[in-house]
Amino acid sequence: MRVNLTVNGRPQQADDVWEGESLLYVLRERMGLPGSKNACEQGECGSCTVRLDGVPVCSCLVAAGQAEGREVVTVEGLAEFARRRAGDTASGVRGGADASLDAARRWQAGGTDSQTGENIELAPVQQAFIDAGAVQCGFCTPGLLVAADEMLEHNPDPTDEDIREALSGNLCRCTGYEKIMDAVRLAAARRSEGATT
Amino acid sequence: MTAIGAPTGLTQGSRTKGGIGESTLRPDGVLKVTGEFAYASDMWHEDMLWGQILRSTVAHAEIVSIDTGEALATPGVYAVMTYDDLPTDVRHYGLEIRDTPVLAHGRVRHHGEPVAIVAADHPETARRAAARIKVEYRELPLVTDEATATAPDAVLVHENRSDHHSGHVPHPNIVHRQPIVRGDADAAAGRADVIVEGDYYFGMQDQAFLGPESGLAVPGEDGGVDLYIATQWLHSDLRQIAPVLGLPEDKVRMTLSGVGGAFGGREDLSMQIHACLLALRTGKPVKIVYNRFESFFGHVHRHPARLHYEHGATRDGRLTHVRCRIVLDGGAYASASPAVVGNAASLSVGPYVCEDVDIEALALYSNNPPCGAMRGFGAVQACFAYEAQMDKVAAELGLDPVEFRRINAMEQGTLMPTGQPVDSPAPVAELLRRVKAMPMPPERQWESSEGADVRQLPGGLSNTTHGEGVVRGVGYAVGIKNVGFSEGFDDYSTARVRLEAVGGRPVVTVHTAMAEVGQGGVTVHAQIARTELGVAEVTIRPADTRVGSAGSTSASRQTYVTGGAIKNACELVRERVLETGRRKLGSHHPAWATAELLLEGGKVVTDGGEVLADLVDVLEDEVVEVEEEWRHRPTEPFDPRTGQGDGHVQYSFAAHRAVVEVDTELGLVKVIELACAQDVGKALNPLSVIGQIQGGTVQGLGIAVMEEIVVDPVTAKVRNPSFTDYLLPTILDTPALPVDVLELADDHAPYGLRGVGEAPTLSSTPAVLAAIRDATGLALDRTPVRPEHLTGTA
Ligand code: FES
Ligand code: FES
Repeated sequence: MRVNLTVNGRPQQADDVWEGESLLYVLRERMGLPGSKNACEQGECGSCTVRLDGVPVCSCLVAAGQAEGREVVTVEGLAEFARRRAGDTASGVRGGADASLDAARRWQAGGTDSQTGENIELAPVQQAFIDAGAVQCGFCTPGLLVAADEMLEHNPDPTDEDIREALSGNLCRCTGYEKIMDAVRLAAARRSEGATT
Repeated sequence: MTAIGAPTGLTQGSRTKGGIGESTLRPDGVLKVTGEFAYASDMWHEDMLWGQILRSTVAHAEIVSIDTGEALATPGVYAVMTYDDLPTDVRHYGLEIRDTPVLAHGRVRHHGEPVAIVAADHPETARRAAARIKVEYRELPLVTDEATATAPDAVLVHENRSDHHSGHVPHPNIVHRQPIVRGDADAAAGRADVIVEGDYYFGMQDQAFLGPESGLAVPGEDGGVDLYIATQWLHSDLRQIAPVLGLPEDKVRMTLSGVGGAFGGREDLSMQIHACLLALRTGKPVKIVYNRFESFFGHVHRHPARLHYEHGATRDGRLTHVRCRIVLDGGAYASASPAVVGNAASLSVGPYVCEDVDIEALALYSNNPPCGAMRGFGAVQACFAYEAQMDKVAAELGLDPVEFRRINAMEQGTLMPTGQPVDSPAPVAELLRRVKAMPMPPERQWESSEGADVRQLPGGLSNTTHGEGVVRGVGYAVGIKNVGFSEGFDDYSTARVRLEAVGGRPVVTVHTAMAEVGQGGVTVHAQIARTELGVAEVTIRPADTRVGSAGSTSASRQTYVTGGAIKNACELVRERVLETGRRKLGSHHPAWATAELLLEGGKVVTDGGEVLADLVDVLEDEVVEVEEEWRHRPTEPFDPRTGQGDGHVQYSFAAHRAVVEVDTELGLVKVIELACAQDVGKALNPLSVIGQIQGGTVQGLGIAVMEEIVVDPVTAKVRNPSFTDYLLPTILDTPALPVDVLELADDHAPYGLRGVGEAPTLSSTPAVLAAIRDATGLALDRTPVRPEHLTGTA
């Protein structure tokens, strides 16, 4: 079958998709977007987390056909998504999370230099993960970033327990989570600093 | 057409000095947060096929027949291979003992053993074709524990053994046995005022790295193969792969692909040979990626263990003797079992002074899943038991458990049970003191103005209690782990370091075969190069087999050994550069001849800080490059009868304090805080060091309260091969993890550093167990602890 969807602001099409193929498989193997990870393919680890029409989902549990005509944001598009959202906030367009989502749907991801990671604009939560040492092997990172970014979108000043609850579907085997807590706290703190200055 | 996802170099400049001791950030961090970092499972190649492995559905059986006809006839299938299709006479592999068949030959010895492999143009086609292979099994009696392994009529898991342990083991179903006898335990027992015995069980733990086993094999025009792979040690893989393929080692070109964690589980081969075989057979690139189910069968696990201990002490709290017997279940193939036995035996007493010991550790061959390396490597199981014993003895003597440990704590100069002196700082008492001195988390922390926050209570969001039936407990533990490969192993690493001027700037390139598995080796390597060569911009080349072996990313050894190799190569580069400088510019300034010269900030400076020249002016278009092997001081094997010998390179120590709350009615445990103090010698990158300590701590928490591979005792089949049934700690299960880092230099090691990664995995588990015992008053002699063990319904 053929599946049409919008990924990171760009219309995408996949042909010859099998009935049983997941959104994760189509993103990774048919659309050249392997950023979303495949640690369990059973909905247990969250490393495949993407936003589907704004809602974080385990893309391994979404049949590719279910994503027909819908909007997907993956880790590859997170920086641009966050930039659009921040831009909207600054210009006062944004009235709430939904408004920013509308705006996010209108953008297209720009090209990036991926060789060394230099000169790439990052979402605040991405920068915070690097700065706080929340990345070790990094396999959990894409899913955690999408989930953490979504939480901060509607809960900009989370308590520790809020963070733990929001990220409880994302396994990390390397860090023991403490630095991930630090990263989300850091992203939240930077955001509130930015908001007051 | 090249493989997409092949690694590129990681270049990182630095505005600060960026040398050792600073928390510089990972050079691969940006790639990892943008999703651009290519893990082995992300590799892609035009025209690529997908490989699939058919695994045994029974634990021990004769293979009566294999029919691949239907699978081969499936449209989209390019190849199906069994044992009979292997290209050479070398059909087994193994880390130390080559006892593992590439594909089963007439017999399977454990549930999930590879029997046949398939290559097809879609992963689902490959899976379905594999399912169409008909294998007829005739089941054989099972070896599942010590009793069935050593019974007079026991089936031999491996017949006609001729490995270097087979001569000294008491039974062919014992892989290796290491006794350690020192002093006179019988006589010492006579002086004891109290004697405490205990039997303990340690469950089988899975490494559960998140990035599944995967790799891409691309056939070369020269008949060789390029393999992009997630592993812990490229050259060890290479030595095992090449002979099976019938290729010289230089025709198997291996490149490390992105590795999603390892923890010991990638020390053994998984799909490496299978992907290469299919690629060479079909002439097409072949990718294999395990799913989580297969991953549970695709790598070795931490040995489950039965441990018997006897400790004696005098009234004033001094240990008189320790006797112990540790039986590890190695499963169907040897893997790292012999070395795990050596560790379990030599570290079985823990970080304590005890002159009179009688120790025995052994690993069984059985039809259970194969076990091998996992973070902590034999020392973890022992620590769980000896720390339980230390608490019991303290209770018997009426002493505070921390005080009892302090009285017996080893220090620099103490002799190990092996007779080896501990010849660098061993701050065991100090670590306990520090962890005890940390502030306690507040009582009833779940209470808030809006009532109980159930997320902070046992049971969490299941909302099982608002504080009723909840009791708090506190427990302590400390452990000792060896660093580096032991028992006479030639544990070296190789580094190639190049210094040149590029575009008017000095640039360093570091090339090693070190497997970056997440630990942050790449970060530290750049820091070492900056410190030694005074150059900000460092490129870390992808790890591959075009440079000499770096040894394994395990045993907490890479910063020590490959870090040492890079330091050494940098020193040689510096000498050459200074020689060049003296030759070219020596006449300009007398200090070239007289002063101690350093490289700093891209310049040659005197130890007094005077600048003599820019590095780029010294180098001009000269490239200075050095490749050198580097070794730590040698170790020696343990005597096979007495266990005596200077077997270890270095020891590392960590202590934990656990605070838990237990809902005694439901048997639910919430760990409130898990504090750690560890001596790291020198923290080359404090941020990474703390990350390692916290990560290791939580893996220890996992084995304390949830993680266990359950093997059916009747069928020897794995019952819970999924993240639904094998539970890993989530962020909700994980408490605050305060860390206190001590830096007492080990003068034998580069920069005084001490391997960090494993020690925190040891003491975490017994500390949590001690805290649960403290809360509940229960004896708890097994780990993990499940609700039924706390409610008496087990
Ligand atoms: S891969 Fe989707 S939840 Fe694990
Ligand atoms: S960093 Fe490795 S799983 Fe999270």
